[in-house]
Amino acid sequence: MAEREQKQRRTSRSDDSEVEEIEAAATGEELKAELDDLLDEIDGVLETNAEEFVKNYVQKGGE
Amino acid sequence: MAVHKVLGIETEFGILHRNEGDSNPVAASSMIINAYVNGFLERRISWDFEDEHPGVDARGFNEFDALAPEIETHLVNAVLTNGARYYVDHAHPELSTPECTDALQCATYDRAAEEILIRSMEKANELLPEGEELVIHKNNSDGKGNSYGCHENYLVDRSVPFGRIVQEIMPFFISRQIFCGAGKIGSEAPGLTHAEVPFQITQRADFFEEEVGLETTLKRPIVNTRDEPHADSKKYRRLHVIVGDANMSELQTYLKLGTTAIVLAMIDDDMAPTDCAFETPVKSLREVSYDLELGMSHRLLNGQRVSALDVQWAYFSAAKLWSERFGFEVVGGDQIGQDIMGRWQQVLTALENDIESLTDSIDWIAKRRLYEGFRERHALEWSDPRMAALDLQYHDLRPEKGLARRIGLERVSTDEQVEEAIDNPPPTTRAYFRGRCLERYPDAIVAANWDSMVFDVGSDPLRRVPMLEPLRGTESHVANLLDECESAAELLRRLGT
Repeated sequence: MAEREQKQRRTSRSDDSEVEEIEAAATGEELKAELDDLLDEIDGVLETNAEEFVKNYVQKGGE
Repeated sequence: MAVHKVLGIETEFGILHRNEGDSNPVAASSMIINAYVNGFLERRISWDFEDEHPGVDARGFNEFDALAPEIETHLVNAVLTNGARYYVDHAHPELSTPECTDALQCATYDRAAEEILIRSMEKANELLPEGEELVIHKNNSDGKGNSYGCHENYLVDRSVPFGRIVQEIMPFFISRQIFCGAGKIGSEAPGLTHAEVPFQITQRADFFEEEVGLETTLKRPIVNTRDEPHADSKKYRRLHVIVGDANMSELQTYLKLGTTAIVLAMIDDDMAPTDCAFETPVKSLREVSYDLELGMSHRLLNGQRVSALDVQWAYFSAAKLWSERFGFEVVGGDQIGQDIMGRWQQVLTALENDIESLTDSIDWIAKRRLYEGFRERHALEWSDPRMAALDLQYHDLRPEKGLARRIGLERVSTDEQVEEAIDNPPPTTRAYFRGRCLERYPDAIVAANWDSMVFDVGSDPLRRVPMLEPLRGTESHVANLLDECESAAELLRRLGT
């Protein structure tokens, strides 16, 4: 098992500085905005009668 | 030295005929394929079933107590100029990519397969009465307990004992789910509710009940033993892998094929980890799929407890040692091999430390973020039909509806490469000979299959050209010959058949 490698990777991430935290917060907001845009888009394209679409979606087993 | 990991991927697509009342999925699948064949191909060439033996078992017996898969010879079946097979399997349209020599090439043909289905669907819909519509999904389950497959195929050395392949690939299959999963809302395993499994990593884990076996439709096994090499059976096996999901993410398809090819090459060379066997493989397969935080530990036969990530790191480390000794020639060369290793390491590291960084490259992680956002916005339960609709629509191939494409997932192929792959075969395998012959002599070909082609040049009886070596018949072998031969009769004369 590669336990040693994993521990090294974990420690290398633990030396966070303040700058990194601020950057992370900014990226977090950007990601949130991006997700909101995507969800707006999805609200626009989602099947209008979702319940019926799902009910009718019956497949035969395959392979 | 391992044999070259020639590989391919076959996908059964979900199909829905809307507003048709009593829809028949076999007829709908036929419409899809016929629309493509009639709309885009010069001439239909049928598949040849002469060499199909899906009931032969790799453990050395035929059709033991299992149901041999049926071959439905009466259904629509076509061969494409890119070397692919496009057909109706059970009640689904299915496309098998041509044989490829590396994972990137194969991921490109998988994307080309999606485009072929999109074109088929659009063409078929032009022909349908107003209000009706055929809809194709690249997924593996209808959410109601019915599953259909996305199978990978890899060429392996016949001299490697099959039992060793089973033992050494099984832990890899169980653990690779963490980066191969396409994600799914709920569980279709008996007795589990949305409260217990609101969302899971793979579409398929629920459907596996055995460790090893021949079946693909009932009691599905983690390692499938179908022994139908479609090549020289004295030298090769074809490992038929049924345990994967159909991915919308190209990166996942690439990584799944690339890492599995490397692991199988390691097994050929007897350098794969031997200390990772799970104590209860079927149970662990599901538990890995249900463990979204990837923190669960699983008991191995040797008593150790490990996580799926630990097992993946063990295979990764062994692959590094293997490649230092053998290089990456058998998986497509150094450039591609290094790229697979680099991305494998990156993805495992991200899964360990920063899962959210994979929202634009791994289906299940992309889905989870989207679904949680949607659920919060509309205050929905996981069991709400709108959530189920979302989970279908992620895989919807209609360009205006499909959610996966809207997310803008990371690509590994370019549009130009995909366009090329829709009509042209890979230059590096026998698919080149198959595809170019179809393009050049369509009227002289009666039928084709993976390891032979049947020609009718008029006067003589039909003639079969065997293609038992997947790495013969490539562009470098036959391009000049094909360019020089004006007719199939001349080609056959020059080939000396």
